[in-house]
Amino acid sequence: MSVGKPLPHDAAALHVTGAARYVDDIPTPADTLHLAFGLSSVARGSIREMDLAKVRSHPGVVAVLTAKDLPHANDVSPSVHDEPLLSDGAIHYKGQPIFCVAATSHLAARHAARRGQIDYDQIAPILTIDQALDADSRFEKGPLIWTKGDVEPAISAAPHQLSGSIEMGGQEHFYLEGQAALALPQEGGDMVVHASTQHPTEIQHKVAEALGVPMHAVRVETRRMGGGFGGKESQGNALAVATAIVAAQTGRPCKMRYDRDDDMIITGKRHDFRISYTVGFDDTGRITGVDFTQYARCGWAQDLSLPVADRAMLHADNAYDLPTCRITSHRLKTNTQSATAFRGFGGPQGMLGIERVMDDIARKLGKDPLDVRRVNYYAAMETKAEPGRGKRFGGTYSPKPAQTSNLTPYGMAVEDFILHEMTDALASSADYSARKAAIAQWNAENPVLKRGIALTPVKFGISFTLSHLNQAGALVHVYQDGSIHLNHGGTEMGQGLFQKVAQVAAARFGVSPETVKITATDTGKVPNTSATAASSGSDLNGMAVANACDTIRDRIASCVAEVQDVAAQDVLFDNGEVIAGNARLSFADAAMLAYTHRVSLSATGFYKTPDLAWDRIKGTGRPFFYFAQGAAVTEVVIDTLTGENRILRTDILHDAGASLNPALDIGQIEGGYVQGAGWLTTEELVWDDEGTLRTHAPSTYKIPACSDRPDVFNVSLWDAPNPAQTIYRSKAVGEPPFMLGMSAFFALADAASACGPHDPALMAPATAEAVLAAVTRAKG
Amino acid sequence: MTQVSMTVNGKPVSADAEGRTLLVDFLRNQLRLTGTHVGCDTSQCGACVVHVNGQAVKACTMFAAEAEGAEVRTIEGMANDDGSLGVIQQAFQDHHGLQCGFCTPGMVMSAAALLRDNPKPSEAEIREYLEGNICRCTGYHNIIKSILAASGQEVAIAAE
Repeated sequence: MSVGKPLPHDAAALHVTGAARYVDDIPTPADTLHLAFGLSSVARGSIREMDLAKVRSHPGVVAVLTAKDLPHANDVSPSVHDEPLLSDGAIHYKGQPIFCVAATSHLAARHAARRGQIDYDQIAPILTIDQALDADSRFEKGPLIWTKGDVEPAISAAPHQLSGSIEMGGQEHFYLEGQAALALPQEGGDMVVHASTQHPTEIQHKVAEALGVPMHAVRVETRRMGGGFGGKESQGNALAVATAIVAAQTGRPCKMRYDRDDDMIITGKRHDFRISYTVGFDDTGRITGVDFTQYARCGWAQDLSLPVADRAMLHADNAYDLPTCRITSHRLKTNTQSATAFRGFGGPQGMLGIERVMDDIARKLGKDPLDVRRVNYYAAMETKAEPGRGKRFGGTYSPKPAQTSNLTPYGMAVEDFILHEMTDALASSADYSARKAAIAQWNAENPVLKRGIALTPVKFGISFTLSHLNQAGALVHVYQDGSIHLNHGGTEMGQGLFQKVAQVAAARFGVSPETVKITATDTGKVPNTSATAASSGSDLNGMAVANACDTIRDRIASCVAEVQDVAAQDVLFDNGEVIAGNARLSFADAAMLAYTHRVSLSATGFYKTPDLAWDRIKGTGRPFFYFAQGAAVTEVVIDTLTGENRILRTDILHDAGASLNPALDIGQIEGGYVQGAGWLTTEELVWDDEGTLRTHAPSTYKIPACSDRPDVFNVSLWDAPNPAQTIYRSKAVGEPPFMLGMSAFFALADAASACGPHDPALMAPATAEAVLAAVTRAKG
Repeated sequence: MTQVSMTVNGKPVSADAEGRTLLVDFLRNQLRLTGTHVGCDTSQCGACVVHVNGQAVKACTMFAAEAEGAEVRTIEGMANDDGSLGVIQQAFQDHHGLQCGFCTPGMVMSAAALLRDNPKPSEAEIREYLEGNICRCTGYHNIIKSILAASGQEVAIAAE
């Protein structure tokens, strides 16, 4: 069967020959225009006067648009209509698009966009968390607060208490392919848009609003992205809307791609956070109660900040059963880029808070942090042996236990917790205890270089927390020659979704994956799709595709059964054949037979995740279908004189359920870990006091390079089926491995701790500078 | 506008370009060889690496006119004569040395330049050589594996 095979990425052969097309590679008609935005040069205020004469007179310029030239909605927000495409006069951040130039070349548009003369009435910008708190500048009326039990007495009655705070920076997506869109005007006012987007339906929706047409007049196609990571969930709206508006006004095709600096200056990034905490615990390190306050810097527009901040709250527990808990979340509005989705979607920030708490408790008690982590783990899932079927648990396979504990802070029972076994296996394969002892010995003998090691777990909730988004559609055709056309609402950004879903389709028909043609995501084929986000791509679209395939397969089976005079349920589809009694037809012959018997060989499929119920204001319910889990051990070395550091070895054990494609899943785990470690080490965003993003190119913003990869990097899959009824019992794998990168951060903190008796209080990102500061603090 | 002539992937080509036209834009816009990608515009990401007279060059870091008369090789010229994948290309496919694929052409071109000068590089040498090529998806593990495999050195096959 095609499912479970480590097949290469579906477009690998196209990528290695340069034949894979991204938006900027699509051949365009000769009269295509190129767009660029003129950007604000101040962070906050209003436009007093704007003179665009030099922009208009620049050679090659065909049109210049400001907000008043927009005939319909001036909005590119995915949430609350607070994000004008072009400034309506108010300036909210430095880099905000104010006007749009259309010219005959990309370069001409960019040159012209720099020639606007704009005077501003400036207001002191709100840039930092503290400034936003002082000004009470926030989204939603006040902080969102969720509680479990009576936290204050639980903390004060505990044998030990401690308090602390951790700052963590944001992160630039740095998808290698920058944002891009191409709009092709059609007859009758219709528009076709090719966009590098994780969310074609959102692009369709915003373009329709901007053109004042129904959604049926706009078709959006996305074959692939050169990376997304959440940065193309909403941040591509502006380019698609701008190209569509200019295309509608001029009747000419329009293309826009941000160059890298513009991309980094204009678009949103991961939210930076401060998390402060007070925790009570006993002599074993077992937590009795913890009180978190999370401060999220959301930037100027709401975008997806509320669900991001919610997910940070939802992961404040990570893998730990917190008997009592309070989580207070402040969503702060600042005059900076509008922070947006990024792999993990707030989860990483929430988890980093509780993991810091674990480290602090261990230091205070003089224990191995791993022991403190384990004593706080949720209880293991209830297992029930079924002869010949291995372990089954949770869900429909076992009775629900009476829940008095093992509840998340939001009241969801944790029924599928496997981190006890995973941690045992990883600690053993990575030789954690012996290496921990060896490192202590090594550190005692080495005054300048210090090593550190940490094992951290991840438990990540799978499902969109806006429950209605957990739906997907598919469209499948079988042609009379037996070839199969596959389409679904998910988008391909490199994660291998298309291949995994094609493997599902091939398995349903019992044919080889080459029989299945993977096609571009297209709002004209599958409507009302959700973003390819929340790691949900293969869970949702895999199921929808399976449903569509099964519809067609059952029709073929009925037809063949009738001809062969057997029962339809006895018709088998396997190994490229359709077997009915003594008759064996090739799949192609069966398709032809069905066609000549006038059987429809096209079907849609639909899927919605079951069993979700969630109240985000109260913070109670079941927001997730299941939890994906994993754990990583990282060993590092630091130079205590400079703060420079290296990752020496990483061991990962990650749970992808029964993997649809282990090679692609391991790729997600390796890439996710390195990206997560990047977030917490080298990737530092710096804004100056005027709100200028100073790190707006790879010269100053350092994502991990080839030499930053761990010297030893062992990655294994925890090969057990998902107890939840997902597609072939696989688990989502896009985001969860990102948070394995936390082990690098806590290994660095461990190394800094070896320098002295005091709390190193390492802040993220742990740049060389931050590590050196931590070493200094540890020495006291 | 000046006329720029060079040999690209073995074929003589000639096209008009402004003096300031970068080689990468000449390849992509004039010659429609869009496998050479623009990732950062500032000579840092390596997505635009091509070979000019046998040397690996970031095509956004030189003018098209500077390549006048040169032998240029791009990712489109890396397959075997019969159209099958070259050894390095095949290795990137077999060892999952790519995800979104945007950095892949530059990685393949850099790898080819490395292996020509150093047919059996160590893992450390590969890492050092690829400092100028960044990848945001893979974490580099499978890229290194691919290059080791392409050089005929044994590597464990992923996930089998």
